[in-house]
Amino acid sequence: MNDLHKLTIGQAHKLLKDKKLSSVELTKSCLAQLSAVDKKVQACVTICEDVALAQAKEADKAIGKGEVQPLTGIPAIIKDVICTSGIKTTCSSKILANFIPPYDATVMKRLKQVKAVILGKANMDEFAMGSSTENSGFFPTKNPWDLNRVPGGSSGGSAAAVAIDEAIYALGSDTGGSIRQPAGFCSVVGLKPTYGRVSRFGLVAFASSLDQIGPLTKDVTDCALVLNAIAGHDPLDSTSAAQPVPDFNRSLNPDIKGMRIGIPKDYFVEGMQPEVRDGIDAAINKLQELGAKIDRNVSLPLTRYALAVYYVIAPSEASANLARYDGVKYGYSYKDTMNMWEAMEKTKQFGFGAEVKRRIMLGTYALSAGYYDAYYLKAQKVRTLIIREFKEAFEKYDALVTPTSPTVPFKLGEKVDDPIQMYLSDVCTLPINIAGLPAISVPAGFVDGLPFGMQIIGKPFDEETILHLAYAYEQATDWNKKKPILN
Amino acid sequence: MKLSRKEVEHIALLARLGLSEEDIEKFRHQLSDILENFEILKQLDTTDVPPTAQSIALQNIFRPDEPRPSCPVEEILSNAPQREGNSFKVRAVLE
Repeated sequence: MNDLHKLTIGQAHKLLKDKKLSSVELTKSCLAQLSAVDKKVQACVTICEDVALAQAKEADKAIGKGEVQPLTGIPAIIKDVICTSGIKTTCSSKILANFIPPYDATVMKRLKQVKAVILGKANMDEFAMGSSTENSGFFPTKNPWDLNRVPGGSSGGSAAAVAIDEAIYALGSDTGGSIRQPAGFCSVVGLKPTYGRVSRFGLVAFASSLDQIGPLTKDVTDCALVLNAIAGHDPLDSTSAAQPVPDFNRSLNPDIKGMRIGIPKDYFVEGMQPEVRDGIDAAINKLQELGAKIDRNVSLPLTRYALAVYYVIAPSEASANLARYDGVKYGYSYKDTMNMWEAMEKTKQFGFGAEVKRRIMLGTYALSAGYYDAYYLKAQKVRTLIIREFKEAFEKYDALVTPTSPTVPFKLGEKVDDPIQMYLSDVCTLPINIAGLPAISVPAGFVDGLPFGMQIIGKPFDEETILHLAYAYEQATDWNKKKPILN
Repeated sequence: MKLSRKEVEHIALLARLGLSEEDIEKFRHQLSDILENFEILKQLDTTDVPPTAQSIALQNIFRPDEPRPSCPVEEILSNAPQREGNSFKVRAVLE
């Protein structure tokens, strides 16, 4: 078998369990794919071949003893914002270019407990701030469907790696769309769990009230399997929820008859690409054919305020979180001065890239004396209104369906100098983080060979319903079976 | 309303963020444009609306105050840009 890296978790797990495949073989196949294609795609900032092979051997031993969980022995790539003990964790920032965490994030501990295999760390927009992975402090990642285009962001490396089969699955993080938007742009499945569903301990903080870790996978079944492994309360993250965690495998049911789906027209924004609109319409028709009850007349008028709310709250939280990079405890440190303040200022000046500086400035402004009430407090109040609006909608619908992004992947360089245009590419995803809801992006079609995704939004802690709908849609279509061919 | 150069410098000082001349001029325009987009929030009446800091409305979480092992000193200091013995080396705060 030469194409082992193309397997899904579900397929590989079965072969591992039946001893028809070893984790070492599977890991070697992924490593071979990495060395064959990553020069072109640039999805990874660190590849840890030795660690991966050692973990694969451990996994094979465990499997030999009959200890085999769904993720045992399955190789993954981890977004470089998630702390991995002994493996560099850079956030794709020069300021953390040599940072080696002394501990594992809780999600990593959980993966290690089931003897998963870590191939490497995925490129991202610096500190997860961006929508194209062009804000990486190292290099941009390319979209495997067209190397002249962006893979989306900020988890662009994770999405591209899964799309081109460098890894069987990946972990990403999502603060305003950073899992779902790149999943849509690369035609993979991406889930942002409910805020509090997955521990954030060891996730380098960007905007603490919005950040969530989630899976990027080749299909919906795999998505449920990864969520099963990482979800659950963690005493080390006081914002993680004590909610019971169901077996998400049970959601994988193709029968969606009678399920009530609302289509909020406010997400079909002005400037949306007409072909994407048509494609999402077709996807909605498919859900209707499958027996779901569709209401196309849902109105969520506060949607238009979400972008402003997000770009007040996220940078405000970021400006506080990123104050820690003072060059004293870890990371890059400007050494050419004896003055403490100058050292701190220059450390940040030379350590951070433009978008990170822009957001620190924005957040500092929104929190500063005289502006706090007008910006930050106001945004937090509108946040309450947005949450209420979703809550009302979910009294009538089991789920809401929207496009993941208004367009297909754009060209590298196209929006780098225009922050507002770049921010608009997350217009369909960021309201979900504001309300803390779970949402999944599933492949929903192509325009001239470029993919787009459909977003399914659920009630708080109801990942089951969105996985259920996503699974039914995936079973009825074959978008996720199409693979990019590198040009 | 465009931010003045002085305002940009003041925000940078609050954030202890060094900026180049070029950055100051660029951010003056970009931040002004972004702030203009925030004006839309003023359209909404939020009298009597409580602010939301966090979406799942958790209360304070307490844990028993019991000693437990912490990260080994050597590991914590392994990333230190400058160290002296078992300490992070910093510049003089008072001169």
